[in-house]
Parts: sequence; structure tokens; C-alpha cells
Amino acid sequence: MTASTTPVPAAEDEADPPRPKDAGDPFDRDVLPTPPGATAALLRSLLAPMRARVAGTTLLLLLQQAAAQAGPLLVAYAIDTAVPALRGHDHGPLVAVAVGYLVCALASGVLQWAFVVGAARVNQDVLLDLRGRIFRHGQALSVDFHERYTSGRLISRSTTDVESLRELLSEGLQELITVVLSFVYISAMLLWLDLGIGAVAVASFVPLYLLVRGYQGRAGRAYAERSTAIAALIVKFVETMNGIRPVRAFRREAANDADFAALNRRHERANGDALLEMARYVVGSRLVANTAVAAMVLWGAYRVTDGSLELGVLAAAVLYLRRLYDPIDRLGMFLNSYQSAAASLEKIAGLLAQTPSVPEPSAPRQLPPPASELPGREVVFESVGFGYRTGGEVLPRFDLTIAAGQTVAVVGSTGAGKSTLAKLLARFYDPSAGRVLLDGVDLRDLAVPELRRGVVMVTQEAFLFSGTVADNIALGRPDAGRAQIEAAAKAIGAHDFISALPDGYDTDVRKRGGRISAGQRQLVAFARALLADPAVLILDEATSSLDVPGEQAVQRAMATVLHGRTAVVIAHRLSTVEIADRVLVMERGRIVEDGRPAELIAGTGRFADLHRAWRDSLA
Amino acid sequence: MSTTPAPAEETTEEGARTGPEGAGPAERSAVRALLRLWPFVRPVRARLSAAAAVAIVASCVGLVIPLVLKWLVDGPVADRDTGGVWLGALYVLLLGLVEAVLFGLRRWLVARPLSRVEADMRAALYRHLQRLPVAFHDRWASGQLLSRGTTDLMLLRMFLAFPLTFLLVNGVTILVGVAIMLVQDWALGLVMLAPALPLIALSALFEKRYARVARLAQDQVGDLTTVVEESVLGIRVVKGFGRHRSQARAFRELAGTLRGTELRKARLLATIWAVIMALPEVAIGATLVVGAVQVADDALSAGTLVAFLSTALALRWPVESIGFLLAMSQEAATATERYFEVMDAEPETATAPRSAEPDAGARSGRVAGLRFEEVRFRYPDAPEDSPLLLDGVDLHIRPGESVALVGATGSGKTTLTALVPRLHEITSGRITLDGEDITAMDRDRLRSLVAVAFEEPTLFSASVGENVLMGAAATAGAADLDRALAVAQAEFAHALPEGVDTQVGEQGLSLSGGQRQRLALARAVVGRPRFLVLDDPLSALDVHTEAAVEAALRRVLVDTTALIVAHRPSTVLLADRVALLSGGRITAVGTHQELLRGHAEYAHLMAGAAASHEPCEPYEHEREHEQSEPNEGDQDR
Repeated sequence: MTASTTPVPAAEDEADPPRPKDAGDPFDRDVLPTPPGATAALLRSLLAPMRARVAGTTLLLLLQQAAAQAGPLLVAYAIDTAVPALRGHDHGPLVAVAVGYLVCALASGVLQWAFVVGAARVNQDVLLDLRGRIFRHGQALSVDFHERYTSGRLISRSTTDVESLRELLSEGLQELITVVLSFVYISAMLLWLDLGIGAVAVASFVPLYLLVRGYQGRAGRAYAERSTAIAALIVKFVETMNGIRPVRAFRREAANDADFAALNRRHERANGDALLEMARYVVGSRLVANTAVAAMVLWGAYRVTDGSLELGVLAAAVLYLRRLYDPIDRLGMFLNSYQSAAASLEKIAGLLAQTPSVPEPSAPRQLPPPASELPGREVVFESVGFGYRTGGEVLPRFDLTIAAGQTVAVVGSTGAGKSTLAKLLARFYDPSAGRVLLDGVDLRDLAVPELRRGVVMVTQEAFLFSGTVADNIALGRPDAGRAQIEAAAKAIGAHDFISALPDGYDTDVRKRGGRISAGQRQLVAFARALLADPAVLILDEATSSLDVPGEQAVQRAMATVLHGRTAVVIAHRLSTVEIADRVLVMERGRIVEDGRPAELIAGTGRFADLHRAWRDSLA
Repeated sequence: MSTTPAPAEETTEEGARTGPEGAGPAERSAVRALLRLWPFVRPVRARLSAAAAVAIVASCVGLVIPLVLKWLVDGPVADRDTGGVWLGALYVLLLGLVEAVLFGLRRWLVARPLSRVEADMRAALYRHLQRLPVAFHDRWASGQLLSRGTTDLMLLRMFLAFPLTFLLVNGVTILVGVAIMLVQDWALGLVMLAPALPLIALSALFEKRYARVARLAQDQVGDLTTVVEESVLGIRVVKGFGRHRSQARAFRELAGTLRGTELRKARLLATIWAVIMALPEVAIGATLVVGAVQVADDALSAGTLVAFLSTALALRWPVESIGFLLAMSQEAATATERYFEVMDAEPETATAPRSAEPDAGARSGRVAGLRFEEVRFRYPDAPEDSPLLLDGVDLHIRPGESVALVGATGSGKTTLTALVPRLHEITSGRITLDGEDITAMDRDRLRSLVAVAFEEPTLFSASVGENVLMGAAATAGAADLDRALAVAQAEFAHALPEGVDTQVGEQGLSLSGGQRQRLALARAVVGRPRFLVLDDPLSALDVHTEAAVEAALRRVLVDTTALIVAHRPSTVLLADRVALLSGGRITAVGTHQELLRGHAEYAHLMAGAAASHEPCEPYEHEREHEQSEPNEGDQDR
């Protein structure tokens, strides 16, 4: 939250006119349309590559359960066979029991080890895959999407939502398989030991199933309410911490405490409800389980008294029974993590189902070799029009040619469409109609590396990534050496302040002492662009926080270092216009004036007015 | 055994993670950490103890069931007594029902109280954080604080619900169970107990190693989160330079490292699980063999053997669970430490601790207006020997006067403005409002006198109207709102879908930077403050709007004492005088014209290299023109 770490959130001043967001906008309610079956398809595609390993792991668990559940069977054998044999001085059966028990114990341990490791490997690979997919997809989606989805949501998709899936995979799934397997094993064992006892056990599953169903429904509602409540709490919390200065300055503390308390109470209530549901479930399921145990004991003991059942079998059955219902509580917990993971996975699937509106070309083209020795390239907007997918035309169709090496200033009031023009040229958006050409090549046909050698955009929001100042400048050209980095910083007038930082170019921008002011951040962003050395440079309000000398240093750099490049400069301040070869005045999405600065200034149009006002303010 | 990583953990080497005064892992004690929870647990101690008692009884009931079975097998079953069988089954049923009800009762007892403890702790954290110095917030990422308010507190609630109770309950259960077994047959009991010592030793060893790896994994999740956060927040830069592949590479590397650590964790977990499963099982097998020999020799009844094994099996869960209960406690201890790292930070005191320069006050009498005297400042987290950022600022703004603060990028202008509402405490010197030292004033009163518009206009998730009226007293109404919106040229608010009731902020309509800046300005002026501090309030506005705002603002500034940070001549012209901040001091004060003519540094800042050779028009004319300018603009349209 230091000055250096806080990005200016979506601070494009140049208003994209506020889009109408009615209550039905899926972005608002954080529910992107998830195509039916997308969630299941996502899960399948995640697990498909590991089919063999999933099968192997499941087999391990099957064997492990077999070994772990063999105990009571051996008890029955010991009591019914080994003891009478011992009495007849036959030690064989007892030795068999001893060996059997030892083998089962060791096997269950070793198999458990193998299973946990194997399952972890599958889980981790699934998570790695999923994290990577979300990350790459997020990066591939257009700026337009990011503006609507908000950073917080995308971050929570790749953190808390992945986390809830991790919990399900690493704990829940294992629990579920163990629970199901032990139910199946033990029921089979009981049926095999004695049909009657087994039947009671199987019959008890019916009320248990109903209990689970009922619990799932009620707890589901409680958990949904809880997760909504915690989300609201998080928003309030983050907003307060990020806006701590205005909170303090406007004495919002007490009002915030009250708001927060209301949200907190709502969460507390939902939380308590969920826990109480769990309590009800535990009572219900335990009652069913213990009643069933009593019924089976009664039935078994009765049968032993009339001689139709061996004592050892009863003993084994009783031992099994105690284990049979052990996992019911865990089943409840599994349902919890399943429900939250399912909700998360659906949100993730919704995100992944978004198609990038600015896709990479399938058959990329190369830019032709530069026409002259100057690095600039020609830009042509060919009957380009732009409107948002949600409707509303922002730029009516227009044609515009910017000659190679020309510096064009775009001026106009807020909402006139200057930023949209710049974003079309940077291919942050694709036009709804027409084409944007760079030296005759449609931007849509350029692969990203080729496009970024061609066009680079510097925005008002000068975001710094964690790392050193040098790292941040080198983002413009990763293979640049220190000398080149420093040269870029010097050219832009950033060298002095960087040298004065505690560790100079190696100062970590996120560490103490790394306080970097808004203006200084813009200078670093400029150095970055300078280093990238593009054919076309777009500056979108990139000097808004600079003082006059800073702005002039930038202009000098453009006149010298960037000489010969094509440049599009958007600025509220007309000082920038001084270096322009040409000025475009925009109004409501249209270019209303176009000419050399001197011509326009001499005229009687809008620009002449603007310029006069600005000159006066400088006096 | 979830490690529940914090959403936005800092990088491993980040000092903030363990907190400025974070204790080294060597001296940390889980128990000592957890004891600090007592004040929060105290109000619910009765319920919690009752729940523990209920749980102990329930466990013991569970242990009695095998004894009934023994009685059933050795008595009615052996005697073929049908009535006795019914009686035995009835006992089993009754005990089962009691057990079930007690289980539920335990959960019912703690459900509401534990939610309340969690909520109380969260409210306390939030309340505390809101009152910590801004310097604290500068050091701590909000994600760090958030993870303490969410995941850490959930861990603590779970700790109070399970490990705390069940370490006790299972301990008692194990003791009772062992006692029952020893009483029934001490030799078999000893065989059963044999693996206890190696298990405890192994668990302890595991605990240490697991805690280390778990913390490592948590940190790596934090690193990963940082990359995610930055790649989203800096998406325009990433896209603008076509760097998404290298971002993805960095991400892949970190994610791969995390996978490696998670697998190490899994191997540790697998090992301890295997041992915990196998060792007791071996002991049970040995018991079975020895018991069978004794039954064959008629030294032991079959019923006793069944009961014995049944008890042993009943103890399996309590024994197995000790491992993960300890792991959960370990995590809860870490969570508690993290929570108190924040709670231990000192909140802003009502009046600042002042020791420096008592004579500074003596020099000035009661001077009206806003006055800086010998103000020195260095950020509290900067090293002691680093140069002062502000090194003796002297400035007097007379009542009703507005002064523009001009200085080179990074000269400390924004910092100076933050000192007036005491967002930071000055290192030495003093600032007075109408002669009253701000450090002697109640913060609430100080901040009600001084209104601020920050460089970065932050809107909260609330309606436009609420956001603006935050700056006014509770009694302010629609008239004040309209006036403020008019001053800030923010009438666009009326044209929003629901007018001034439209929700904005993270959860509402997204406004452009210029729109947000105008609303922030409206918020600053709505309460007609005596003192106004504006930090570059017009940077995001286009020329027309800027001129209109200036014209309106000038009327407001007539009777307001104002300090305005300015980068541009147009903003400077709002003010009556200009102060130049350079090298940590105010090096020149005067009107824009005077300084432009007479001060080279100022001329350079305002007019750049072209400097100030051009003849300047008279100031008065300037003003007239400024005021008439927006009309011209309107006509133009």
C-alpha cells in the first residue's frame, strides 16, 4: 500500500463512457455464464491425462482398505478356529493368524504411504495444470474483459477458488473414497459373515442416505450464505485498508466499524447456522448408526444363543460394526468441501469459457522491412468503427492515415474517444468494423512479439512490478544490459532520482525506502518504453503526473532518442502538442479537426480556443 | 491437514511477513502463542468447558459399550439366556443413544459461541487496523492483513472447535481406555501399549519437520499470489509490451516449485500416516495372538478378549488423531502469532509523543491560519541516519488565504500534505491551526477541521451521494451535496443511472479517473471546511473541465485556508500565493508572477527549459480571463 505498490486502479482518465450496468449484468453479480456441462468437462479434461495414475491410486486404496479391514476377520478366525486348534495343540492356525495380522498391518502401512504420495502427485499435477490454465487464460483475455471483470475477482479465481479445489482433492476425495470403500467392504464382510446382520447394516443405509441428502440441502444453503457473507466482508476489509488515508482523513472509522459489525454479524449467524446443521446431522446419523448396532448385536447374540452363529463371527461382526459408522462424520465434512469446491470450479469454468476477444492469429504474418532507414512505420485506420459488445457505438466509422515518423497529438474532452483510438492502435481492442494496418499489415495478423516490436503503449497508470527498478525498466526489452537500462533512464531524466534511491537501480520497489512518487513511476514507465524501442509509440496521458521539467525531458527524448518513430500522443495538457507534427481534435467519437498545429492555432476552431486558454494559463 | 495458505503472503525474504518485531522461530512456543487467545475465549469459557466435559463423557460412554459386550458374551450368550440378550442389546441401544445425543450436544454448545469468538476477533482486528498509523499500512500489503482476518481466524475457530477439545478428550479417552485394558488383563494391556513411546517420538519429530515444510509451502503460495496479482493489476503493461509469455514462464517456475514442496509435505505426511496405521495394528495383532493362547489355556474368557480388542479398536481413532490434532494446533499457533503481530502494533495515540524542541512553540504566539514551524520529517521506517525528507519547513498560510505548494517530482509535497491531518507524525517541529498545535488536538476534531482531496481519488462501495457526504457533518443534506457537486463540476452524477444514489466503488459502476477525481474534490469541499488540503486535485481533468472547476473552486477558496499541491501553472493560479518546496525546505514564497520573474528554479518548474523570458500579463487580467473561459467553451459546443 505504499505509494510504490499501489497501482492506479484502471485510471484511464479518458473515460470509456460508463457502460450501463443493469442488475442483470453477469459481471456485476460475479456469475459469468457457465455453459451447461462446462464444469464437468473442465474436471474431465483436468483428470483425463492422469487416467492411468488415478486408476493406479484407486487400486492402491482398494488394496490398502482390504488390508486394513482384514483385522476382525482374523479375530473371528482366531476365536473360532485357532483357539480350538490350540486346545488340540495345533499351533498352525495361530501362527497363520499372527503372520496374517503382521502382513496386513505392514501392508496397510506401506500401501497407505504409496497411496498418499501417489494421490498427492495427482492432486498437485491437476492443480498445477489448473493454475496454469487460469493464469494463461487471464493473460490471453483482452483488456476489455479485464476492465469489466475487476482484478479482485480474477485474483480470487486463481487463489481462493483453486484453494477450495485443493482442499477437496487433497483431503475430501481421499475421505470420500475411503468412506465409500469401507462402507462397501464392511457391508460385504458382514453379509458374508452373516446374512441377517449384513442385511440390517445395508438397511441402515437408507435412513443415513436420507439424512445426508437433507443435510446437504440445508447445509448447502447455510454455506452459500456464509460464503456470500465472507465475500462481502472481504470487500469491505480490502476497501478500507486500501483507502486508509481517506478513511482517516474523513473520520470514517466509527461508521466503518458499524458497517463491518453488521456484515460480521451476518457471517457469524450463517456460520453458526452451518455448525448447528452439522450438529443436527451428527445427532441424526449417530442415532441411526447406534440403533443399527444395537439391532445387530441383538440379532447376532440371539443367533449365538440358539447355536446358529459362531461366537467368533459375532465378535468379528461387532468389531466391524464399530468401524462401519466411524466415517459418517467425515462424510459430512466431505460434503462441505465438495460443495464449496463445486461452486469454485463452476466460477473457474465460467472464466475459462470466456473467449479472448483479441485472439492471436493462427497464421501470423511478418511486418515488411522498413521502407526507409528511419524506424517509424505507417499507420492506417481503414473505415474503422468501434462499439462495445454490450452495445453503444463509441467510434463511428472513420479513416485515418498517419505517415511513418509522424508525431500526432490527439486532443479533446473527456469521453471523446481518444483512449479508444489509442487502444485500437495498440490492439487492446479489435475494431467492430474495418481494419487497423501497420505498414499495410492488419494488426490482427501479427503475432504478439512482432506486434510489440511494432507498437508500444505507455499509459497514465504506471504499474511497477515487484523487483528492482532495473528489472522494471528491463521489462521493455528483457535482454538489455545494465548500460542500456541506464542510458534509457538518463535519456528520460530518471537517472538522478534512481541513483538517489537507497540501492540505486537495484532498489526493490516493494521494499522499505522504495517510496516512489506517481511522477517518478511515470518516468520509469517511460524508460521502459524507450528501451523497448518500438516503431510506433502511443502515449496515453503518460505525463499527467509529471511536472513541467519532467514533461520536457520526455519531449526531448522523443525528439532525440525516439526521433523518426511514429508517435500518437494523448494529453490534456497542450504542452505536448508543441512537438507534434499534426493535431487531431476529437469530439464525441469523431475527428473534428485535423491539421498542423500552427494552422489550427491560427484558425478559429476548437483547438485554437483550447490553445489560447492553455497559453494563458502558462503565462 | 490443510495448510490454508494466506491469499497474499509476501515473498519469502519480505520482512513484513514475520512482522517488524516478529520473533524468530527458535523462541516460539505454540502453547505460549495459543494462550494469548484467552481474552477472546474468556466470554465463552463456560460453554467451551461444558462442551469438553460432554465430549469426555461421550467418549467414556463409547468405551463402556465393549464392557457391555463382554458381559453379553460371557453372561447371557454363554448361558443361552434369551432375556439377558434382550437386556444386553437394550443397554447397547441406550448407551448408543446417549452417545449420539452427547455428540450433538457438544456441537450445539459450541456452534454459536465459536462463531462469536471468530467474529469478535475479526471485529477487533478491523477496529485496530483502522486506528493504526498510516505508516503501518504503508509497510503491510492489504492481502497480508486480509489473510489474518479471514483464513487465520477460521483456523483459530477450528482449533477451538476440535484440537483444543479433542486433545483433552482423546487424552482422557486414551488414559481411561488403557486403564480399562490394564484392569482387564495387565499383560495384554502392556503388549498393547508397547508402540506408544516410539509413536510419540516419531510424532514429535514429524511435527517439527512438517511445520517447517508447511510454512515454506505457505510462503511459496504467497509468491505465486504476488505474480498473479501483479499480472492482473499490471495487465496493460504486460499486454502493452507483449510480456505475457515471460510472465507465464515466471508463474510456471513458481508453481512448479510449489508443487515440489507440496509433494515433500505429502511424503512426510504419508510416512507418519503409515507408521501411525501400522504400529498399533501390529500391537493389536500381537494382543490377539497372546490373547488367543490365553483363551485356549482358559486363562482368559472369550468375552474379555472381544471386549479387549473392541476397546483397542475404539482407541485407534484417538491415537491416530493425535498426529493431526497436533499439526492443527501448530497451524493455529502460527495463525495466532500472525494475528497478534498486527494486534500488538501501537495504534495512533490521541496526542503524539512529543519530546523535541519545546522552544519551537515558544517562538510563536497564537497565530491564526495554518502554520508550519521548523517541520522536519523522515518516514518512521527509514533508517535513522538517512537524510530528512523535510528539513525545516517554515510556512504560514493566513486565514482565508490559499497557497500553492510547488516542487520538483519527489520533493515531498504529498508527504507534507499528509502531515496536516496527522496521517503521519512529524519528526520534529510543529504545525498549528489557528495557533493550536495539531499534536495537542483530538484527532477527530483536527480531521473535522481539515478536509483533504488525495492525489489518488478513492471512492468507497457506496452511493455517489454517500461518498461525497462523507466529508460533511451528519446533518448535511441534498442542498450541500448539490452545491459540492456543482463546485467540482461533477453534475454528471445526476445523469448516472440512479442519479446520486448510483453505487460506485469496487462493487458498483466504474467511473473514469477524471470523474473520480471530481467526486473526491466534491467530498473535500462539501463540509465547508475551515482548512482545505488538495493534492494535485485537477491532474486528470481536461482543459475545459479544469477551467470550470477552477472558477468554481476559487469562489469556495475565498474564505477557506487552503494548501494546494500543484504541478501546473493553471492549478497554481487557484492560489493567492505560491510556496516552493526544494531540498526539504520552503525556499521561496510569493505570487506566481513574482516567482516566475524572480526565481529561476520556480520558473524552470513552471515553464520548463523555455524559462520565463516571455513577458507576463498582469495577474488581474489572468483571473478575469480564467473565469470567462468556460463560457467560451460552452458557446463553442
